[in-house]
Amino acid sequence: MSEMAVTQNDLRVAPAARAPGDEVFKWLTLVMALSIFALIILIGWELFEGSKVALHRFGWHFLVTKDWDPVNEKFGALVFIYGTLVTSAIALLIAVPISIATAVYLTELAPLWLRQPLVIFIELLAAVPSVILGVWGIFVMIPFLRDHVFPLLQKWFGFLPLFQGPIYGVSMLAGGIIVSIMCIPIITSVSREILRSVPGLQREAAYALGATRWEVTRIAVLSYAKKGLYGAVILGLGRALGETMAVTMVIGNTPQIVASLFAPGYTLASVIANEFTEATGRVYLSALFELGLVLLGVTVLVNIGAQLLLKTFAGPTVKPQH
Amino acid sequence: MTAPNHRWRQFKNGLMQSIACGCAILVVTPLLLIYFHLIRYGLSSLNWAFFTQLPKAVGEPGGGMANAMVGSLILLAQAVVIGVPVGVLGGIYLSEYGGTQFNWWVRFIADIINGVPSITWGIVVYGLLVVPMHGFSALAGGVVLGFMMIPLVMRTTEEVLQLVPGGYREAALALGISRWRTIVQIVVRTALKGIVTGVLVALARIAGETAPLLFTAFGNLGWAHSLKEPIDSIPVLIFNYAISPYPDWHRQAWAGALVLLLFILIINISVRFVTRDRLRKQP
Repeated sequence: MSEMAVTQNDLRVAPAARAPGDEVFKWLTLVMALSIFALIILIGWELFEGSKVALHRFGWHFLVTKDWDPVNEKFGALVFIYGTLVTSAIALLIAVPISIATAVYLTELAPLWLRQPLVIFIELLAAVPSVILGVWGIFVMIPFLRDHVFPLLQKWFGFLPLFQGPIYGVSMLAGGIIVSIMCIPIITSVSREILRSVPGLQREAAYALGATRWEVTRIAVLSYAKKGLYGAVILGLGRALGETMAVTMVIGNTPQIVASLFAPGYTLASVIANEFTEATGRVYLSALFELGLVLLGVTVLVNIGAQLLLKTFAGPTVKPQH
Repeated sequence: MTAPNHRWRQFKNGLMQSIACGCAILVVTPLLLIYFHLIRYGLSSLNWAFFTQLPKAVGEPGGGMANAMVGSLILLAQAVVIGVPVGVLGGIYLSEYGGTQFNWWVRFIADIINGVPSITWGIVVYGLLVVPMHGFSALAGGVVLGFMMIPLVMRTTEEVLQLVPGGYREAALALGISRWRTIVQIVVRTALKGIVTGVLVALARIAGETAPLLFTAFGNLGWAHSLKEPIDSIPVLIFNYAISPYPDWHRQAWAGALVLLLFILIINISVRFVTRDRLRKQP
């Protein structure tokens, strides 16, 4: 920037410096850039304002209360926090190994002619809106899971409490699976960027020691990129926690805490989506605002973690994609 | 000389490579299945009426999504009016004036905002506009989408402007052209394709947004006559139809989903054509 400063000084004596537009333009663009800060303050402020009634009434107990009873105005977030955590955990369990393996395939193994088309496919998957995935989830995935996959899981793993109980189709497991489909493109493309930024010398050194391709990947690439890959996974987590439409359509929307993954559940985002317009009464609406505040707090923290990990790993070259 | 564990290492190598390949296939499968089912169930419900008629009452077959299509376009137009000027001008500041530390913070916050769940955006604009205006409105829907567009456009604008060689700026300044005209007429014009690409990508992303519209634009089975009225949009209509118990509405939901996905696909493909340009970073 220092040479720019010199240019500016020189311009002060040049005739063009009299152009009145310069200062105006600079200030105009500055105000627009500052709008980013205004937006984040606006988000926090509106949610906080809206939640005041609930915050005042329930305090910290809100986070650990199981009840969600609009009739008697008793509200707690625990059931929804539980549902959100379970679906996100399932989603990451599925998405992380698959995404990282795919990223490895894309950067290390796939024949060159295949890489670009595969990347395009993954971008197209990322472009599928949540609501369309939800439509597909309701009418195609749920019947398939209910009739074929879930009974099989119950037969094999039925001794675990996770896979017991009646099968409805709509369930926390289905929610987790649909969220995993939404997370895979982001985790894959960010991981791919990270693996691509691993210096080629790393690989060559490992090859020179007689390592096989997998060994090169494990020793030279994956362990080198570990920190960045954590960043990619946490970015995926942030996405999973806030996923709304597709989950709402397949999770069954029942506020309960049960061990079985075949049972319907409810997430923070989906209860807001379902009940916000029906909320009657100040306390009910305010409780929903507070659920939004909880969701915001968690996702912002998770995203800060992801951004810091990604930035320390690779500087500005790795651009997180959403 | 072969090491004693050579065979085992070779086997492991082959195994891991096949697993990675299998995972890549697994990632592509849902995409292909979604497109397959959308075409299979959606195409048969697409007809002239679908594009020209209003939704019919439950039980009456036929009807269409004309109001939702127009509604979606109105919402997107508002989003562009809000998101593009703010995003592009802000991106210009970051690229042309901003200091390192200021830019780091703006980028950081912009990325955080991009990660905010879209449903919380809906709540924010509900509190900001719907409550004071005493009702859901097309304006609130456009504002929420516009807000979501700002950080997206700002980030891409900054990136493409920085790809413009510094020599262009210096040459223009040396000719005595003022700084702001240099930026507008030389820098921005050189990077215009990249900026347009960024706007289109952002547009493709918000075109499918449903959650933030649920309690801002709300929905409207007829025409909205002003921006103060609730308005329908394709994503919200798809959602409402899909969770309804009526098979006829389910068919409409599939058709709507097909139209929406094609719209997004066309934007993405046209972006690919535009980006075959010297100013884009090669992948």
